[in-house]
Amino acid sequence: MLWKTIKRGYHQLGSPRYFYRFSSAVLPWLTPIALITFVVGIVWGLAFAPPDYQQGNSYRIIYIHVPASSGALMGYVAMGIAGMVAVVWRMKMAEIMIKAIAPFGAALTAISLVTGALWGKPTWGTYWQWDARMTSMLILLFMYIGVIALQNAIRDPRQAARAAGLLAMVGVINVVIVKYSVEWVNTLHQGSTLKLVGESTINPAMKYPLLISMLGTWLLYAVNVMVRARTEILSRERRSGWVKQLVAAGGR
Amino acid sequence: MVFDSFADFLAMGGRGVYVWTAYGISAVVIVASMVQAVRQSTVMRDTLARQARRQQQTENTHESGT
Repeated sequence: MLWKTIKRGYHQLGSPRYFYRFSSAVLPWLTPIALITFVVGIVWGLAFAPPDYQQGNSYRIIYIHVPASSGALMGYVAMGIAGMVAVVWRMKMAEIMIKAIAPFGAALTAISLVTGALWGKPTWGTYWQWDARMTSMLILLFMYIGVIALQNAIRDPRQAARAAGLLAMVGVINVVIVKYSVEWVNTLHQGSTLKLVGESTINPAMKYPLLISMLGTWLLYAVNVMVRARTEILSRERRSGWVKQLVAAGGR
Repeated sequence: MVFDSFADFLAMGGRGVYVWTAYGISAVVIVASMVQAVRQSTVMRDTLARQARRQQQTENTHESGT
C-alpha cells in the first residue's frame, strides 16, 4: 500500500506535465507563505532577538548567513540526488531538476561566503582565511558554477543533463566535507550550535527566529526551483500536444 | 524591539556597516535570482506563443492558396 503510493508519486511527479499542473496549483500560495516566513524570521532576528553576550549585535548576520548556508548545502544534496536519478534512470524530471536547482544554490553559496566574510571581520579581525570550512564552501560555489556552465556548454539538453548530473553526484562528497569540516579539523569557523538530534547550545530566544528564517529561505528556494523547472518543461515539451494547447489558451 | 531607538537599531552597536552590508548584498542577490527566474519564464511563454501564431499563419495561407 505504502509502496504503491510512493511508486505512484514517483511516476506522477516524474511526469513533466503532471509537475507543471501541480506547480501551477502550489505556487500561488507557496510564494506568499515563503515571503512572509522569510521576512518574519529576518525582522525578528534583526530587531527583536537579544544581542549576543560576546559579539553584541554583529552576530545578527547569523539570521541570513546560516539560512543561506543550509539552503546551499541542502540544495546541492538535492541536485546530487537528481543527478544520480538522471544518470541511472534517465528520468526526464530529474534532468530538469538539476538545471532548476543550480542557480539559486549558487546564489545562496555566494551569500553565505559574503555574509560570512562580513561577520568574520568584526569577530575574528579578518574577512577571509583559508581554513577548512571556508575553503570547502568556496569549492561548493565552484561546483554549482561548474554544473551550470557544463549545461550551457552542451547543446543537447539530455546529454547536458547527464554530464551535469555526474558532476553534481561527485560534488556531494564536498558537502560532507563542508558539514564536518568544523568537527574534524580545528578551524577558525565555530562549530554548529543548532542540533537536529540532542540539545542545541543556542539561546531559544535566538533559535526561534533563526529556525523561521531558515524555513523561509528553503521555501523561497522551492519557489525559485519550481519557476525555473516550469520554464525548462515548456522548453523541452514545446512540441507536445499539451504545451501547444496551453499556449493556444494563452496559458499559465 | 530590543533597541532603544531607530537610530540605535541602524547603528547595531557600532557594527551597522557589517550587518547592513551583509543584508543589503543578500537582498540584491536573492531578488536578482527571483527576477531572472520569472523573466526567463515570461520570455519562454512569449516565444512559444509567437511560434504558435506564426505556424497558424502559414497554415492559413496554405489553405487559402490551394
